[in-house]
Amino acid sequence: MRRETPTASTLVLDVDGWPGHLAGQHVDVKLTAEDGYSAQRSYSVASAPDGTSRIEITVQNVADGEVSPYLVDVVEAGDRIEIRGPVGRWFVWRPSQPSERPSPPILLVGGGSGIVPLRAMVRAQASATGGRVPFRVLYSVREPAEVYFADEWARPPAGVDITMIHTRRAPAGNARPLGRITIEDLDAHGWPAEFEPRCYICGPTSFVDTVADMLVERGHSAANIRTERFGPS
Amino acid sequence: MALISKGFVGRRRGDDGRTPPGQYLTKDFPVLAIGPAPVVATDTWSFSIATERGDTRSWTWDEFAALPHESPTVDIHCVTKWSKLDTTWKGVSLDVLLDGLDTDAGFVVVHGFDGYTTNLPLEDLRDGKAWLVTEFDGAPLAREHGGPARLLVPHLYFWKSAKWISRIELTVENEQGFWERGGYHDYGDPWREQRYQGD
Repeated sequence: MRRETPTASTLVLDVDGWPGHLAGQHVDVKLTAEDGYSAQRSYSVASAPDGTSRIEITVQNVADGEVSPYLVDVVEAGDRIEIRGPVGRWFVWRPSQPSERPSPPILLVGGGSGIVPLRAMVRAQASATGGRVPFRVLYSVREPAEVYFADEWARPPAGVDITMIHTRRAPAGNARPLGRITIEDLDAHGWPAEFEPRCYICGPTSFVDTVADMLVERGHSAANIRTERFGPS
Repeated sequence: MALISKGFVGRRRGDDGRTPPGQYLTKDFPVLAIGPAPVVATDTWSFSIATERGDTRSWTWDEFAALPHESPTVDIHCVTKWSKLDTTWKGVSLDVLLDGLDTDAGFVVVHGFDGYTTNLPLEDLRDGKAWLVTEFDGAPLAREHGGPARLLVPHLYFWKSAKWISRIELTVENEQGFWERGGYHDYGDPWREQRYQGD
């Protein structure tokens, strides 16, 4: 277990019989109380597929949540957890093989905990054996203390450009004014529509809808935009 | 034998018998969609139903508005685990839209303007179980919730209630839709937790 922020932790899970996953897929975590009551939630896999049975999930403690407080603050190293997956075959990115024609560039736009499946994609890109696909990542967070995987963004893998968007508080020396992501941010740090990038957007609903609409307004084809919205859990 | 999570108590749902297993109640209205929400204008909107023989009936927005409407209040259940009780809609029963249609089809594929598809048995659209709705909570259906019109099939997981509905295709064979091809259940009964293929 690794603390990401004051309210989020990454859990490293060794999964018996894990069949492997694709970057962007999620798992269902099921908790069962002693009397049989159970609750389950979905969490994105934060790690890239690496051929092992070890995966990571990163869980944000939702204030009045039912499952996430347990995973962030109660569960201890060595405990057993029931999971199911991997699930989802839409919001996924697969590294291309050397023999395939080059993939379009990739734009990842994450808001808050929506960065988790995108981080798996960045890690998958970093470990890809085929031709590297250029990635641009825009990561919107309220303040530096809420950044997940901060060490990795400080030294991104080759081919990955990361732009931090701070909405309420920024580190000293940050040139961008505070505020929510704008179309100018996408113009400056995303890809032009004519490059036909594949776009993945993940975060809270209003964030995802806003970014998706801006990309469509800039001429990106809806068919190239994949979304995943994080609700309360 | 379930694995007991030591120290987990959980928030018990009110034992009113209305929340399917594995679901939690929300007062919000979460949004799920596979991509950007399409912008569908009512002046160019049309909705059609085609039988397996290719017979088609279709409605413009004004023609649809002239049909007899109902205001169902129902509970809805999303496969992502939220449930919402007593949601109120306004729309036209599929019984009205399907009335008198000559078909031997047992299934339908529902299409959305965004390219989304989902499949379900035809009988699950009949007998007061499904509506094509244009209002939620007394207001025109918001774009993010499928406006101007979506399907409402409250007794199945909500991914069956396709947003931005454009047409319904009646099929003799059961042809999987978008999520179903991706591993989700063909039927999706929340009370039997039919989330994924094989459940």
